[in-house]
Amino acid sequence: MRTRWLPALVLSPSLLLVGACVYGFIAFTVVLSFTSSTILPLMEWSERSNYERLFGLSTFALSARNLGVFAALYVGMCLVLGALLAILIDQKIRAENVFRSVFLYPMALSFIVTGTAWKWLLDPGIGLERTVRLAGWEAFTFGWIKDGEMAIYTVVIAAVWQTTGFVMALFLAGLRGIDQEVLNAARVDGARGWRIYWRIVLPQLGPSFISSFVILAHMAIKSYDLVIALTGGGPGRDTWLPSVFMYQFTFTRNEMAVGAASAVVMLVAVAIVVVPYIRSEIRQARRAAP
Amino acid sequence: MSRPRLRPERVLLYAVLAFVALVFLAPIYVMVVNSIKPLDEIRAGNLVALPLQPTFEPWLQAWSQAQIGVQATGLKPYFLNSFLMVVPAVVLSTAIGALNGYVLTQFKVRGATLIFGLLLFSVFIPFQIVLIPMARLLGELGLAGTVGGLVFVHTVYGIGFGTLFFRNFYAAFPPELVKSARMDGAGFFVLFWRLMLPNSLPIIVVNVIWQFTNIWNDFLFGASFSDYSSYPLTVALNNLVSSSTGVKEYNVHFAGAFIAALPTLVVYVLSGKYFVRGLMAGSVKG
Repeated sequence: MRTRWLPALVLSPSLLLVGACVYGFIAFTVVLSFTSSTILPLMEWSERSNYERLFGLSTFALSARNLGVFAALYVGMCLVLGALLAILIDQKIRAENVFRSVFLYPMALSFIVTGTAWKWLLDPGIGLERTVRLAGWEAFTFGWIKDGEMAIYTVVIAAVWQTTGFVMALFLAGLRGIDQEVLNAARVDGARGWRIYWRIVLPQLGPSFISSFVILAHMAIKSYDLVIALTGGGPGRDTWLPSVFMYQFTFTRNEMAVGAASAVVMLVAVAIVVVPYIRSEIRQARRAAP
Repeated sequence: MSRPRLRPERVLLYAVLAFVALVFLAPIYVMVVNSIKPLDEIRAGNLVALPLQPTFEPWLQAWSQAQIGVQATGLKPYFLNSFLMVVPAVVLSTAIGALNGYVLTQFKVRGATLIFGLLLFSVFIPFQIVLIPMARLLGELGLAGTVGGLVFVHTVYGIGFGTLFFRNFYAAFPPELVKSARMDGAGFFVLFWRLMLPNSLPIIVVNVIWQFTNIWNDFLFGASFSDYSSYPLTVALNNLVSSSTGVKEYNVHFAGAFIAALPTLVVYVLSGKYFVRGLMAGSVKG
């Protein structure tokens, strides 16, 4: 019968492409991270470990530290604000659709657009600081974006603005899936208002929480565009993330092997976050399989 | 259930929601308002004030006159590049995703679970891990620095999401319909073309919106694999904003940012429901 080999034939180009351009390329980059490549890929083992060099570089330490601060605040704030917004929206409000659309529209924007808008909003010369001063509060200062210590927090602000609505939508879907009978039983038992949320609703939102966490954490590790558009990695290198480090070392500083090593470190970080999630998805897929 | 009457805590609830909504709308408001102000008005006045002398000059500047790279072409040619990149990439990855999803759900495929796992992981990888070998491959294919190269890259990395979207949709496809079509003698392509595809409109829309938004908004691949002639809009916008020496033309930057945001915003406004569904499908369930 014709249909015996057709399915495999149709599937195979995709498998070849993904196999080569995802998994083959991962292998290539891993190999590269053990070579002495500088400007071009070079298949010659390096005498010194590129990973040792990578972890000894102060620029990478700075990038990793920035990522730690950024990821913790970004993930934490998005989860808290997203869950809060979802609960507020779930109060049988009027114009629910309007509010939802307003909170979610930043997800449709490119991080480059977001970065550009916030770059000038946060610029002390023309943005928020100046606007508040003109409004009469002349001692107001908000110059984080020009301050090496504080600039990473401006990246957090813009990123939280962009993604909170998405987390809200995930939690809202979770809230709408909650068993109403359990809620009613709790009400009969005398539970009211916030106690219902705290004791009964939130514990049931586990799956929404886990998906949100996985998505946010892996987005944090991959963040690149926003930093480039918002601060360009500056002031100096104060808002470098590993993604910026990778690009700089690979394509402008001619240290391709070290750049490759940093990409491998990023992949490992993402894998730590997503592999447990993928395993549980696969288990579910197995169960659902015909 | 009737709506609760307007009590003090309801007023507070609406006040909080309205305040948060204002915060969310502020950046886009600032973008639009300042894109129609003359430059000295921005420098002199505050960022939230309405323009005293509205002008569309910054839009014209951003669209067709601003200096990007070597030439003063405005964003126009790069807008076109983005469209030339996004349309074929979306069409290809949707078609491939639909076929793959069909095969993975309606036929016994050896290692289907493994394939599912590998595809799922592929949508999470940080693309930094593929930049170097992909640059090399594009060079060898003669696609480096071309829009065609970007189409190739986005199609390849769109396969994972497309396949997962369609796989999940077709997994819930009524088996009795497939069975009876097969009894009637429908072959591989007839079954796909006559039965599956005509009933796939929701997931096609979801996938098209998702891929369109992602590919239009991409920066990393554009910055890595294109040159002056093939920059997508995001890269051109970033060049416009960050490389301007001398006078910073904020109004032109805001206009440019809004131009870059417009296509995906239009898609979002016109199809919010499907956009949200795509976000959900792309995250909650693999």
